[in-house]
Amino acid sequence: MTGALLKVVAQLVLLLMLAPLVSGFIKTLKARLQMRRGPRLLQSYSNIHKLLRKGMVIPDTASWLFSATPYVVFVATLLAGLMAPMVAADTPIGLFGGVLAVVYLLGLGRFFVALAGLDAGSPFGGLGSSREMTVSALAEPTLMLAVFTVAIGAGSTSLAEIARVAINQQWRFLAPSQALAFAALFLVLIAETGRIPVDNPATHLELTMIHEAMILEYSGPYLALIEWAASIKQLVLMTLMINVFWPFGLSATWSPAGVLAAFGWLALKLLLLSCAVVLVETANAKMRLFRVPELMAVAFTLGALALISTFLF
Amino acid sequence: MTVLFTAGLIAYLAGAVAGIAGVRAPRRARIGAFSFALVGALLEIVAAIGALAQGGVTAWTLPSGVPLFSWAIRVNALSACFNLTLGILAAAVSIYSFGYVRAMEGRRNIGVLGCFYNILLLSLTLVFVAGNAFFFLVAWEVMALAAWALVSFEHEKARTRRAGMLFLIMSHAGSGLLLVGFLILARASGSLDFATFHHAASALPAWQQGAVFLLFFLGFGVKAGVVPLHVWLPEAHPVSPSNISALMSGIVIKTGIYGMALVFFDFFDAPPAWAGILVLGAGVLSALLGVLYALMEHDLKRLLAYHSIENIGIILIGFGAAMVFRALGHPAMAGVALIAGLYHTLNHAIFKSLLFLGAGSVHYSTGTRNMEEMGGLIRPMPVTALCFLIGAVAISGLPPLNGFVSEWLTYQALLAGFGSTQTLTRVIFPIAGALLALTAALAAACFVKAFGISFLALPRSENAAQAHEAPLSMRLGMGFLAAGCVALGLGATWFLPVFDPITEQLIGVRASSALTAANGFAISAGAPHAGTVSTVGIAAMLVLLSALPALFWLVWGRAGRRATGPTWDCGLPGLTADNEYTATGFSKPFRMIFSALYRPRREIQAEYEVSPYYPTAIRFESEIEPSFEKRMYDPLRGWLYRMAGRMRSVQAGSIHAYLAYIFVALLALLLFGVRG
Repeated sequence: MTGALLKVVAQLVLLLMLAPLVSGFIKTLKARLQMRRGPRLLQSYSNIHKLLRKGMVIPDTASWLFSATPYVVFVATLLAGLMAPMVAADTPIGLFGGVLAVVYLLGLGRFFVALAGLDAGSPFGGLGSSREMTVSALAEPTLMLAVFTVAIGAGSTSLAEIARVAINQQWRFLAPSQALAFAALFLVLIAETGRIPVDNPATHLELTMIHEAMILEYSGPYLALIEWAASIKQLVLMTLMINVFWPFGLSATWSPAGVLAAFGWLALKLLLLSCAVVLVETANAKMRLFRVPELMAVAFTLGALALISTFLF
Repeated sequence: MTVLFTAGLIAYLAGAVAGIAGVRAPRRARIGAFSFALVGALLEIVAAIGALAQGGVTAWTLPSGVPLFSWAIRVNALSACFNLTLGILAAAVSIYSFGYVRAMEGRRNIGVLGCFYNILLLSLTLVFVAGNAFFFLVAWEVMALAAWALVSFEHEKARTRRAGMLFLIMSHAGSGLLLVGFLILARASGSLDFATFHHAASALPAWQQGAVFLLFFLGFGVKAGVVPLHVWLPEAHPVSPSNISALMSGIVIKTGIYGMALVFFDFFDAPPAWAGILVLGAGVLSALLGVLYALMEHDLKRLLAYHSIENIGIILIGFGAAMVFRALGHPAMAGVALIAGLYHTLNHAIFKSLLFLGAGSVHYSTGTRNMEEMGGLIRPMPVTALCFLIGAVAISGLPPLNGFVSEWLTYQALLAGFGSTQTLTRVIFPIAGALLALTAALAAACFVKAFGISFLALPRSENAAQAHEAPLSMRLGMGFLAAGCVALGLGATWFLPVFDPITEQLIGVRASSALTAANGFAISAGAPHAGTVSTVGIAAMLVLLSALPALFWLVWGRAGRRATGPTWDCGLPGLTADNEYTATGFSKPFRMIFSALYRPRREIQAEYEVSPYYPTAIRFESEIEPSFEKRMYDPLRGWLYRMAGRMRSVQAGSIHAYLAYIFVALLALLLFGVRG
């Protein structure tokens, strides 16, 4: 019991502390690649700290849902994070849900943020909600195909089981099915975390924005919770990808030495994946919203090919 | 148990009499009819629970004095489960109706409504327990007629009458197919008793098996609203009073599902694999098209009606998977898939009725079903809004409510398909799973729209601004069902054993013990290590983890001031409801992305005086093409009319010609009889 509690606390701390760092790293690296100085690496922490201490303005047209949403999305995202293997294959609360629960908990958060976008009554909020739900609906089948591909490989939807199987087959990521599923999932990651070319996380008050438009009316601690949740979601999706497809260094159990080594590996792999995200963001321009379905169709095709190749190869 | 069951039927009958007796005294009719209905529903709930606990089959027959016809009642686990669902819905809807129908006093004939309401409940109960094909068809017809009467209740509107007629015609076309199916089975088994139909269909030659399967699938599919037989559903469900819509979407369409469960798993030993694939395919198609059409609706009740088609699709995905597994000889997997389908049947009944009752409350207090005229209802109607939100979360399949549990089980059933040996199954099942994910995501988008546009932000019309909360009885009815959504979600592991006697009866396995893990704390995917989920655990963690943001607030946030201010209005003078995003606007991206399906048409007319850039008035019209009506039913109707025109020459109006026809027909029958 204490052991389980310790695991939960350890992973919670890891999620809460690592997520802003990854977001900050992506921001800084992107700025450097664009020949800008950009914010310092730890700026994300300062931002959250600043927002948490600030006052906030609630729109006078908003209902209780507006105030409840930051809590729901923050808690649901954290819970999804607790179900994912980060440093040990043995997830802290694996019994509570596997990969399907992770997907649907992230969906729960999105559902409430989209509702909050409509709650304030501003046209921007509705625009953001509408687009967010569209993009996520298009990304969902691909996500599920990729999930199915790995779940079928492991014979389970439990993430602990999937990670354990992955550890035993270190080089499996070279198999066509896994490579294709990884590529499909990478496109989903870009769409779900609101990255260029689907959404631009750096814009405010532009007609092209999606996620930022939904949360336009949030300020102070609520905004801090929502932004923190967004970075945790990004971390969870990235961790899932790297630990399921490149399980190097992932510890099978929570032994202190194994966990420490695994943390080092996790940091390294997150670094690599973040670099890939930054490269994509820098090398592409934002797409028109109605070109996104084409990108998602590519992703779906990759996912379907991944699935079919699981029993061809 | 039999006493309670019969007492429930008598209560319904008494309700019908009380209704018709009170045609001139609306208050007495209302209280009498719905009180008796409530008593009947509660008795049926107790009887159904008793039957499930007792297990086995209880059958009794009352002779009717008419040849071939007897009141053969057969209560088994399957019928008890559907009767339980019916009882729960009937109780909630009856409570709701006390308040809802009150507003009709003096304007409408409440006595007739109460009478047919009770007859509908009575016939539904009998449909689920009929133990003989003849009796089943009689109950089925009474149900269809009662439902038709209730759908056409607001008959002064032409649209309502047309919807009722469409329902009646399609319903009868379906009954015709069922009749033929039953006759084929009866010829093989030599009796009309359902008991003799057990596995009888599988003894038939292959082509007859196919024919029986198709007849029943199409016949029950009409009632269930399977695409492309769904066209009556979005017409008939919205036009009826909302308490009736709740019953229609909650349980009347489930009679089709009951029939399919009976035929595919009881009458057939193992239907051919292609039949399973067909059901699965029809399920995926219904789910996807149902939700896509729902996205385009602004009429709250039509939107919900299309979602019924979607959910019937999800149920059929479970059924289809179970049939394929049975055909391939994997009974344990078939058990999981069947439970997924049945659990979704129960869940959909609860949350869809809840949503229809919510839509009814909104209509009650704003007088409109058009979402573009609602908005901001969460403030005047907090309880209705909360109940509708619970229903919306549940139908979107989000944890920890009941929709999530049954969709999770459906995914697991589809994933298990990979364990099968057939390549086709191994490809089709995961693709079906991906399309189910698309359906679920689109449903979430649709309910963000439905709840967000109707209940949030500023009121979009005078009526919405003056809305008031629904009366206590209506809130109670909704609250009861909302509690059901939470209970069926969190307590899933306690409810799963309810399906054990059903799976045992239909496919001979008890699956619930394999489906629960960790002493009933979590649901498992049917095999060790195949994956678990715990809705109780998720709910508990969601509550526990909210301590964290509260802690942040204590440490850092207390100093911060909390003010209210106007929403940013893009620099325009003041935000009005005209600035808000509309339902049409919300679904615009979907309309463009899926334009190949919708074939949208829009017309914009701007009036201006000086320059087209400064219009004085704009008229916008947008519609999507009803593809099935236009491409399938219109040609069919045209063909029917042409055929009828040709038949007219036979109908010469001469008595001699008719006598000749009778003679020829008699001769032909005699020859047929002599030869046979």
